[in-house]
Amino acid sequence: MKNKYSIFSLIKNAFSYHENWQKAWKDPTPKKEYDAIIVGGGGHGLATAYYLAKKHNMKNIAVVEKSWIGGGNTGRNTTIIRSNYLWDASAGLYDHALKIWEGLSQELNYNVMFSQRGVMNLAHNLQDVRDLKRRTHANRLNGIDAFYLSTEEVKKFCPIINTSPDIRYPVLGGTLQKRAGTARHDAVAWGYARGADEMGVDIIQNCEVKGIKRNGDEVEGIETTKGFIKTKKVGVVAAGHSSVIAGMAGLRLPLESKPLQALVSEPVKPIIDTVVMSNAVHAYVSQSDKGELVIGAGTDDYISYSQKGSHQIVEGTLNAILELYPIFSRMRMLRQWGGIVDICPDASPIISKTSVKGLYFNCGWGTGGFKATPGSGDLFAHTIANDEPHKLNAAFNLNRFISGDLVDEHGAAAVAH
Amino acid sequence: MFIINCPFCGERDQSEFKAGGEAHIERPKQPTELSDDEWAEYLFMRKNIKGVQFERWNHAHGCRKWFNMARDTSNDEIKLIYKMGEKPPLK
Repeated sequence: MKNKYSIFSLIKNAFSYHENWQKAWKDPTPKKEYDAIIVGGGGHGLATAYYLAKKHNMKNIAVVEKSWIGGGNTGRNTTIIRSNYLWDASAGLYDHALKIWEGLSQELNYNVMFSQRGVMNLAHNLQDVRDLKRRTHANRLNGIDAFYLSTEEVKKFCPIINTSPDIRYPVLGGTLQKRAGTARHDAVAWGYARGADEMGVDIIQNCEVKGIKRNGDEVEGIETTKGFIKTKKVGVVAAGHSSVIAGMAGLRLPLESKPLQALVSEPVKPIIDTVVMSNAVHAYVSQSDKGELVIGAGTDDYISYSQKGSHQIVEGTLNAILELYPIFSRMRMLRQWGGIVDICPDASPIISKTSVKGLYFNCGWGTGGFKATPGSGDLFAHTIANDEPHKLNAAFNLNRFISGDLVDEHGAAAVAH
Repeated sequence: MFIINCPFCGERDQSEFKAGGEAHIERPKQPTELSDDEWAEYLFMRKNIKGVQFERWNHAHGCRKWFNMARDTSNDEIKLIYKMGEKPPLK
């Protein structure tokens, strides 16, 4: 049993100089066999293991991670959470996640610092205005809170935005989702890891998958740097490396892995209390509780696994930021980094069975997977446990690339790509 | 971020170029004969290799010509540049 985190445990541990806190998760050696193995110890993978144990009573499971948990894209994203997607299937998927976010800290007894500070999307040309109005209406029909804002209302909601009509991309309006916001990305991975570990899930770090063993059309187990582990069910949540793992099982996926960059500034006093995204000029910004501006840039157009992006991508983003927020002109940037994102042709994820029995993939989240972490884990766990998708992720199957029934969110929604 | 040696213009910054994705994907000769599976293979499925990959590039802000490249995607090191229409080199 884990000790509950509370004000009392904080006081109690203060007396022992915080040196006797119970370990949040064990460091087990892999068993010979598991009922299911999740490949990838990021937020989505750990959430999948958590819900497999909690809702589907599968306790003999493991998460294998080639590095440390939450060290990939979970620790590299800009932590934006929202559900204002255009299509019904996407709205269902992302709003399912948002509803879980709203009670997640309590459920996990771990403060994920979920903050519903609102997400605003800006329109810079007539087509943006039309698209955003259409999306607002679509959102409302799906029960998602969405508002369309005029330029004056945008200015009122976030006074530091330059709404002058004579900038190169003037702000013509915007949308607002008030339930949207941010969360602390590391805490999400750690909270799910602690919760899963408590229910008996083995979290095995520094264990890279080297091969997937098949017996005809069935999965038999995985080869890892810590030896062979037998299992009948493998759920792969490997983000940018999904195609590499798929290749081990002899499959191809409709993915391209590209670098996506982000950067943070030096910490300053509170200046922006919401999240502002702008697709046309590709700049989005929020402020962390530490005071750093968190800025998301775009992807490079070439395939790369190097976790490094091009300088001109960052430069373009900062140009846009400066035009929209002249107040930041003397801010200094502290850190810049890249992550490898797996992008689907229709910019929607894949949470699906495959042609190999017992092999499941949760991938293709591209530039926007963090927001879906709890929902993705919940639905992927359902898919693995029942060998059938949940109705909320049925549309996000691999077969859609053959049938042509794509969920085309590219540009249609507020997805920044 | 890297320097690309355009076979027509010489060494230029990568920002002048546009990546054209996986090379040597042949357009189906008989599109009307293709099954849905074959269409999906041609349109969507990609090798997405971690390691040396053959890909197309276009010198978009230069001579605007296309060429092929063998590049290691794990560290962005360019191994070889060769012309359109040429067969991929053996590793």
